[in-house]
Amino acid sequence: MRLLWHELKTELLLYTRSRELAFFTFLLPMIFYVLLGSTYGKDTVDGVKGTRFLEAGMIGYGAISIAFAGLAIVLVIRRENGILKRLRATPLPAWIYISSVLGAFLLAFAVEVIGLVVIGRVLFGVALPDRIGSLVLALLLGAVSFCGLGIGVTSLMRSAEGASAVVNAIYLPMSFISGSFFSPRHFPSVLRAIADVLPLTYFLRLVRNVMLHGHEIWTQGTNVAVVAAWGLAGVIVALRSFRWEPHEG
Amino acid sequence: MTAIAVRDLRKSYGELEAVSGISFEVQEGEVFGLLGPNGAGKTTTVEILEGYRRRDAGEVEVLGTDPAAAAGDWRERIGVVLQSSAMYETLTVAEMLKVFAGYYRKPRPVDEVVELVGLDEKRDNRVRLLSGGQRRRLDLGLALVGDPELIFLDEPTTGFDPGARRRAWETIRGLRSLGKTILLTTHYLDEAEQLADRVAVLRHGEIVASGPPAELTGAVQQTEIRYRENGREVVLHTDQPTRVLHELTDKALSEGRELDGLVVRRPSLEDVYLSLTEEAEAR
Repeated sequence: MRLLWHELKTELLLYTRSRELAFFTFLLPMIFYVLLGSTYGKDTVDGVKGTRFLEAGMIGYGAISIAFAGLAIVLVIRRENGILKRLRATPLPAWIYISSVLGAFLLAFAVEVIGLVVIGRVLFGVALPDRIGSLVLALLLGAVSFCGLGIGVTSLMRSAEGASAVVNAIYLPMSFISGSFFSPRHFPSVLRAIADVLPLTYFLRLVRNVMLHGHEIWTQGTNVAVVAAWGLAGVIVALRSFRWEPHEG
Repeated sequence: MTAIAVRDLRKSYGELEAVSGISFEVQEGEVFGLLGPNGAGKTTTVEILEGYRRRDAGEVEVLGTDPAAAAGDWRERIGVVLQSSAMYETLTVAEMLKVFAGYYRKPRPVDEVVELVGLDEKRDNRVRLLSGGQRRRLDLGLALVGDPELIFLDEPTTGFDPGARRRAWETIRGLRSLGKTILLTTHYLDEAEQLADRVAVLRHGEIVASGPPAELTGAVQQTEIRYRENGREVVLHTDQPTRVLHELTDKALSEGRELDGLVVRRPSLEDVYLSLTEEAEAR
């Protein structure tokens, strides 16, 4: 327990010291919310006010930015510069290390959600979410699943330099196609077909159904199942091919 | 007590046999040097002993445990400096040490370690601002912060300037006087000579010689005498240096001339090393 707490504090310190993480994965969703909310926040999107629709969208975008993109990039950089290997020589157990890293990223996401809700309330007069229990469960499910995908995707990357390029190429189009920024309803059918297999699509549906339409999470079987299945797939890949040592030469 | 026992250790990467059946023992409190050129199998051997790599064959015991099956308790007792220093660039020296100290049950106080590796003035500097030599010393500090019994140093001074090497050597000698066991790899002969109680010379995955540095150099009996005569360098090898030198100087004195550039020297570990590795080449 002492060790877990020590490592979690270490990870939080490292997170707050990283300008790249702070900006790209943490501040950017809030900035986009302010910008897009000011642009089309007064319109009605899929039957709700634009700023409300966007709030849920930016929570989905924040989840994939922090839990998937941020985590994957951090792990690849640490693997390739040899920190993961170095840590293996200490008595720190692998599960404590991984749990602490996940813990830090989940906490960052929690702060992100609070930030977005506060921006929505203060700047755009969006009502605070009800169905808090369902919302917390939904967000936890999504964040953990994206963490699983983030760890799984590290196996695809062989260098620290390539990490952010690969990750950006995955999560930025996904955020767009899945409908974080705009309603996917009027997208061309090709994009909608792609969206129909992406995990973020189902996570956004889940979050919007809970936040905007007052549904409880247990009525959302399909959305929950698809998000969880993607997360599980990531974890399986990670268990099979996660490596602690850099690719040499 | 034996700290490390290796018997007939083998490891291949595909076709390449990196370690071809080596055996050695390191006693508690000893500084043991694995000496050899790049690609001789030093790092492979050390990484097997550290528990990073699986061996193909042979027996290995480190502090009474097989590193391939070792757990956290065993890691409490070893300290590792890898060939490249990896750290969190955004932390300060003291923070970095505190992070690692937290992984051990009985760590040394961070300030003591900072002093031990000579980073007092850099204590609150970010890691990213350290020079190569300072990073290496911090890396050594990270290996020491858990107060281990056994320390692995993989090429601890590669890339150092001469002053930094001297200081690193002093630190390593200090560890020895604390009773730590040290396994050191190096391709610098003077480093092995300065630090190691015993060395094993590794070449193409085999040990071609082992023993205390003085004994290895003593194995070559001949003394080398060099001087210049009529602008040409004369090199003599003899096992009777007193007589040969006497004759030379006597002759020179009687002819009233100077033996220019006269040098009398015992073979260094370097000569032994070169002759050993050349023999291995010739085979």
